[in-house]
Amino acid sequence: MTVAVDLPPEQGWFRRNRMTLTPLLFLLPGVLFFAVYVVIPIFQSFYISTYEWNGLGELQEQGEFVGMGNYRELMGDRAFEVSLWNNVKWLALYLLAIPGGLFIALFLNQTVTGIRIYKSLFFFPFVLSQVVVGLVFSWFYLPREGLLNAALTLFGMEPINVLGDPTLATYGIIAAGLWPQTAYCMILYLTGLNAVDPEQIEAARLDGAKGWRMLWHVVIPQLRPATFIAFVVTIIGALRSFDLISVMTNGGPFGSTRVLSFYMFEKALSEYGFRMGYGSAIAVVLFLIMLVFIAYFLWSMWREEREARR
Amino acid sequence: MFPTPIQKRPRSTQVAYQALVPVALILWLLPLIAVALFSIRPLADFSNGNYWGWPSSFELFTNYGRVFLESDMPRYLWNSVLITVPTVIGAVALSCMTGFALGIYRFRGNLLIFFMFIAGNFVPFQILMVPVRDLTVDLNLYDTKLGLVLFHVAFQTGFCTLFMRNFIRALPYELIEAARVEGVAEWRIFWYVVLPLMKPAIAALAVLIFTFIWNDYFWAVVLTQGPDAQPVTAGITSFNSQFVAQYHLMSAGSIVAALPPVAMFFLMQRHFIAGLTLGAVK
Repeated sequence: MTVAVDLPPEQGWFRRNRMTLTPLLFLLPGVLFFAVYVVIPIFQSFYISTYEWNGLGELQEQGEFVGMGNYRELMGDRAFEVSLWNNVKWLALYLLAIPGGLFIALFLNQTVTGIRIYKSLFFFPFVLSQVVVGLVFSWFYLPREGLLNAALTLFGMEPINVLGDPTLATYGIIAAGLWPQTAYCMILYLTGLNAVDPEQIEAARLDGAKGWRMLWHVVIPQLRPATFIAFVVTIIGALRSFDLISVMTNGGPFGSTRVLSFYMFEKALSEYGFRMGYGSAIAVVLFLIMLVFIAYFLWSMWREEREARR
Repeated sequence: MFPTPIQKRPRSTQVAYQALVPVALILWLLPLIAVALFSIRPLADFSNGNYWGWPSSFELFTNYGRVFLESDMPRYLWNSVLITVPTVIGAVALSCMTGFALGIYRFRGNLLIFFMFIAGNFVPFQILMVPVRDLTVDLNLYDTKLGLVLFHVAFQTGFCTLFMRNFIRALPYELIEAARVEGVAEWRIFWYVVLPLMKPAIAALAVLIFTFIWNDYFWAVVLTQGPDAQPVTAGITSFNSQFVAQYHLMSAGSIVAALPPVAMFFLMQRHFIAGLTLGAVK
């Protein structure tokens, strides 16, 4: 504090409060941007969902307040029900990426020559954009030209039209999505396996543990951080699925591959009409589903923060 | 090490493993290999139904040449560059600052702001779509690259802040305290002490954000239309309607569109994986 006496008054004020002012100034631009483009729009969407509005002009002038009307309409909307059900399928099946990734990671966790190149080649589907993954797989599934049917015919099986069949199409798209997602989980586990304590493995080996028992009781518990991140990114990825559906089937055949994120876009912005209020209501439902998971993630992270402080 | 190192297994197992890995890789990348093979075939092969036999000729240069010379592909690629690079710079710059503030200082609401960034980062895009589109239209930025860049910078700041803050938390705090004892001003501590130590984090984030933004499709569709501003992910749809059912050209086009992030990954692999696996190893 003796230093402040020698300084001119205005500088002195800044210096005295610098421990409050510095973080404030450093946070300001980031928080401002984030508030304008992310935080406030969430609340605006809730608000818009109580209106019937085609997106033209001002909401209050051109839109018509309908209260919970959009949500009541959702209850009886068959397409909404199909989308919601498809979201459940996505969530459940997408989680297969986690054991899949672990399996490949265990397979590749060796030190033979060239293994690094193999690891990166296994990983690289994740770097492709979902649009390209979607195109690659829709050509893979093509009834006549596709490699899948070429292989099926080779083994004497009937060719199938994956994306043209309403009962199969969603599973076909999920399989495409699993490809990069499994690669992501694999890299998480490869890094995790590197950090597994070799002494514990040796000790367990001396006790006669090996194979599955070793994996289940010794290795997997140590991979917990990797599993947590894999779980977070897979859940988020499953609920965000939009690109693949848009590219591979555009919601069809007969709307059978829609999910909430896609149906919302269709209602609010595509040729099926500009129902911003109804679209926002769908988005709110999707947001509330996600909120359950976000709350869980934040709770886990908060617990960790608290432990780190002790 | 788990599983048991293959070197400790019998010789036959080792040979089997060495043979199995490349086979597994080929199976894993099969859909992609198929597209790569399509992209060097001539059109005649497709009309003759020769999809998987030996190509009647190799048209690598013709096909890829047509992608660059006869379509809007170069424009879309350039748009992608002009959207991606400023976003990377903006998001990394903003998050260096927020990460510094949240990682170094103790003040009320610190954790709350931090969790706001994390939570926002997980939100579904659709809940932002209508208001962000409105805002962009109101700012006269609809169908411009700047409109996309501003949104991407704001949204990516969430993830980047999470990353930077945790990275700064792991730095030795004594360095900062020592600088304070010397009477170094806070912003100088940021610029001369912390920032140089953040170089690996900046590299990792830059590579990661580059890939995320280059591959974005949803916001490209929501905030732009047409070849003036659309990035390559959205442009590929119009490319494909220009060359409908010409699988050799569509394949070549999507390979071109996918290449920049792939190249980035292979060149900067170490940084990329360091970024992705943040926290998975701690």
